[in-house]
Amino acid sequence: MSGVRILVGTRKGAFVLSSDAKRERWDVSGPHFAGWEIYHVKGSPADPDRLYASQSSSWFGQLIQRSNDGGKSWEPVGNEFAYEGVTGTHQWYDGTPHPWEFARVWHLEPSLGDPDTVYAGVEDAALFRSSDGGRTWQELPGLRGHGSGSAWQPGAGGMCLHTILIDPSDSARIFVAISSAGAFRCDDGGKTWRPINRGLRSEQIPNPTAEVGHCVHRIAMHPSRPSVLFMQKHWDVMRSDDAGESWHEVSGNLPSDFGFPIEVHAHEPDTIYVVPIKSDAEHYPPDGKLRVYRSRTGGHEWEALTKGLPQRDCYVNVLRDAMAVDSLDACGVYFGTTGGQVYASADAGDSWAPIVRDLPPVLSVEVQTLR
Amino acid sequence: MIRVVLPAHLRTLAQVDGEVKLEVAGPATQRSVLDALEARYPMLRGTIRDHGTQRRRPFVRFFACSEDLSHEPADAPLPDAVAAGAEPFVVLGAMAGG
Repeated sequence: MSGVRILVGTRKGAFVLSSDAKRERWDVSGPHFAGWEIYHVKGSPADPDRLYASQSSSWFGQLIQRSNDGGKSWEPVGNEFAYEGVTGTHQWYDGTPHPWEFARVWHLEPSLGDPDTVYAGVEDAALFRSSDGGRTWQELPGLRGHGSGSAWQPGAGGMCLHTILIDPSDSARIFVAISSAGAFRCDDGGKTWRPINRGLRSEQIPNPTAEVGHCVHRIAMHPSRPSVLFMQKHWDVMRSDDAGESWHEVSGNLPSDFGFPIEVHAHEPDTIYVVPIKSDAEHYPPDGKLRVYRSRTGGHEWEALTKGLPQRDCYVNVLRDAMAVDSLDACGVYFGTTGGQVYASADAGDSWAPIVRDLPPVLSVEVQTLR
Repeated sequence: MIRVVLPAHLRTLAQVDGEVKLEVAGPATQRSVLDALEARYPMLRGTIRDHGTQRRRPFVRFFACSEDLSHEPADAPLPDAVAAGAEPFVVLGAMAGG
């Protein structure tokens, strides 16, 4: 029997929300790792019972937890993330050189085909890979070392590598995004990298069209069309039709084009979702109305999705990794808020209902469709 | 035999209740006690000391015999009462927040 499992990372633990395919009644499990920050939990596409979780704390540092039974039990695996070779420097907030320092794992991306291979995007920005189920981690140093790394500068949330997209048609092609350096691509399994930020324009940096320095918040792709990328930038919703070689703006009629997550419908590659946020100074929805916006045209034309969402006095945020879709029919869409709600739509966004209302602030939401 | 008290989060991680009792070869120092602790409980590696530098994480403190030993050298002898097992070596998370 098919169903859905939602993996929720919060400021104070992980939660697993489970339902059958109707997506009406939910079982809530957790908190797992109570009291720890769980930046991200994600399952292996090759083995849905294999999960990886990033567990961290300002006191006790970084842990990686692994489950082999869909989140019922967990074991800590390797937590040593050592930068490869000479560490080097990036720019600090005041423009001075600052040594790369590992802080935490923001995002875990299991390989599409091997449950024991998983990528980790970390702060300070770098990409690591494990090929032994998370026991050991090796940096892919070509990203930091490709040439522009010394010019990267952290955003307010830290210099994090938060997005990892593996091309389903060519596993040697990987896209990553870093705040606030930009988007990068490799075509050789992680060895060599280059910036892919042409067409981005950011008025907040000295050269608005610089090769790097753009605060990319999230990138999404549909697996059937991996050369088409959608981006929620700090400001601006962007689209690329050539695997990141160039970008153009598709913000269209959004009430604000600032936001964090962006997601693609599971069955309609041109249907995309964003959650507009008023501004970078006010991290809450415009007019106190929590609205998901959907475009069925790959951008430019957007419609507000409001049914079941609070339309007054709502001042939560939705963070970059906190939106996901299932692949049932109709496509389910899910997102979590900094107010601790996880909202679900079982009809592609037409209507919404909270699964839970009172979790700790939600950092990440991932969905597994179980068949 | 050395007695070690861990903070609640690390007791949960190591799946221990109450104090940890360790046999330490040679002089009892912060380094030798933590080496023995991490050998018994490998999941604690990196949570008390940095993997690379082996330095105490900033928000972790070491107390014993009503003294803060956090800034003592890693190879300095621990108090006799700790070495004899009369008093525990306490690892704790610093107070932080408001």
